[in-house]
Amino acid sequence: MATSPLREKKFLLAFIIFWVVMTIDHACVLYWFGMPLKAAMADSAISNILLLILSLLVINMLRFYMPRGEQHVNIFALCLILSLVWIFTLRWLLKISIGSFTVGYSTLLQQSIPIRFSIGFLLLGCITLVSILWFSQKEQKENETRKADAEKLAREAELFKLRQQLQPHFLFNSLNSINALIGTRPEEARKMVQQLSDFLRGTIKKEETQWVTLQEELQYLQLYLDIEKVRFGNRLSTEINVADEVLQMKLPALLLQPIVENAIKFGLYDTTGDTVIRIDASVENHHLMIRVQNPFDPDTASPHHKGTGFGLQSIQRRLYLHFARTDLLTTAANGTIFNTIVKIPQGKS
Amino acid sequence: MHKVIIIDDEPLARSIVIEYLQHHTQLELVQECGDGFEGLKAIMQHKPDLIFLDIQMPKITGFEMLELIEQPPAVIFTTAFDEYAIKAFESHAVDYLLKPFNRERFDKAITKWEEQKSKAPDKSTQDLLDAVSLSPSQSQRIVVKNGSKIKIIPVHDVFYLEAADDYVKVHTQEGYFLKNKTMNHFEQALDGEQFVRSHRSYIVNVQQITRIDPNEKDNHVAVLRSGARVPVSRSGYGKLKEVLGL
Repeated sequence: MATSPLREKKFLLAFIIFWVVMTIDHACVLYWFGMPLKAAMADSAISNILLLILSLLVINMLRFYMPRGEQHVNIFALCLILSLVWIFTLRWLLKISIGSFTVGYSTLLQQSIPIRFSIGFLLLGCITLVSILWFSQKEQKENETRKADAEKLAREAELFKLRQQLQPHFLFNSLNSINALIGTRPEEARKMVQQLSDFLRGTIKKEETQWVTLQEELQYLQLYLDIEKVRFGNRLSTEINVADEVLQMKLPALLLQPIVENAIKFGLYDTTGDTVIRIDASVENHHLMIRVQNPFDPDTASPHHKGTGFGLQSIQRRLYLHFARTDLLTTAANGTIFNTIVKIPQGKS
Repeated sequence: MHKVIIIDDEPLARSIVIEYLQHHTQLELVQECGDGFEGLKAIMQHKPDLIFLDIQMPKITGFEMLELIEQPPAVIFTTAFDEYAIKAFESHAVDYLLKPFNRERFDKAITKWEEQKSKAPDKSTQDLLDAVSLSPSQSQRIVVKNGSKIKIIPVHDVFYLEAADDYVKVHTQEGYFLKNKTMNHFEQALDGEQFVRSHRSYIVNVQQITRIDPNEKDNHVAVLRSGARVPVSRSGYGKLKEVLGL
């Protein structure tokens, strides 16, 4: 339900001043035409209070019933009827009150009826028009807010889902590695359970819209890399090269890990040799630029890796939801090295 | 003694199988392998009675490796998560172990294998491979054996397929490779928008076609970029026109 315009302080003040001015003006005009001051004031008070009551009625009614399309005719008719009701009631009221003690009042009243009616009708019409404008604007604003809220909710839900796409493959294989370690190297098994728990806790606790520093994200990434290194043994090694000055730059939480995960999978499953994953970060035109490199075999790479594979599609989508840009994630093959480059605009938190 | 080979790219995943195997003295581990290439070589060399095979492995999957073997040995699959594969396992009588698995479950798989050993397991493995090769991830490429070398052909590099007795000739830039599958299999497995069965004995990659010329009688012939001419039957012509939007 839209709030009445009278709830707005400024509007209410203007409304009251208007009626006071109207009432004084009305009395002055009658006085000018030769009516005794007392009678003029009484006439003005009665007329305008009655009109005020009808105006409030119209405003309140429009709060609940907004005309749509052709129903505007009804509103016009309503104004007309209300004006007529007003004029007849007024005529009767004034006759029995002021008419009884003022000489020559009846003639003046009779002559002024058309003028009074016109003014009353115009005034009611104006008030109706202003109310309709007020309420429709309110309604539109509310719709916009609702739409924006719904969009925000959908966006957050989508971000949440995209982040939650933890690979079951990774989880089960890690558990399998732990199972193997329990028998032979229980201390290492314990360590891996801890790493896996910390990693999983990281995916759960972070807010989807949260921004973290590169340093935090790298710490989280390290947990993941440690687990993967236990799984794949000597085949997997990483080189992380990040300058101190970029460590405090910010990026959306949990963005880097899926990119590295994609690179590791690509590297490990597309080649049979040792896989070196290189990660480096730098600043470029107020963007945090992170490059992840993995080896691959250009002859046999599955076609979907040549574009952006599935792992990267969800990153692409997340970047779009955050920044409304599609140019932040790029991939490039360079001989047998595959580069994934992500740029994070800075200056937003 | 029965010979066993373990093929898995994760060292710890192999070590758990080795650990469980120690309780089965009738089984002798002859080799452990980290990928399908090594696996294939080891199988050729040792002719094992049983293999433990992971599915997601470097370069070629466990399934693709099996496809390259004429008479695959009995297989117990070990895998962590592969929705499509698990569905295929359940409908075919090959045993599989979902990682992580405990010793009881492992022992049960061995018992099952020993019971089935007397029967013919080849058939079920073949059925399984046929079922699995229809999965979207498997139909992106064709893995063939060329002498002792393994060749992975991305499907978009394929010019056309030609039936040749029990085999299918996969024609590419580098000549043709033989694959022991049927034409019907490829017609089903490959993307119908890209590969059209133009003739009873031919499936053509439409992206390679430069023009279609009329041939004798009702027949046509598709001329490929490489200059190869692929026969097009009357019904094949209809299918081609549909896919090409003519």
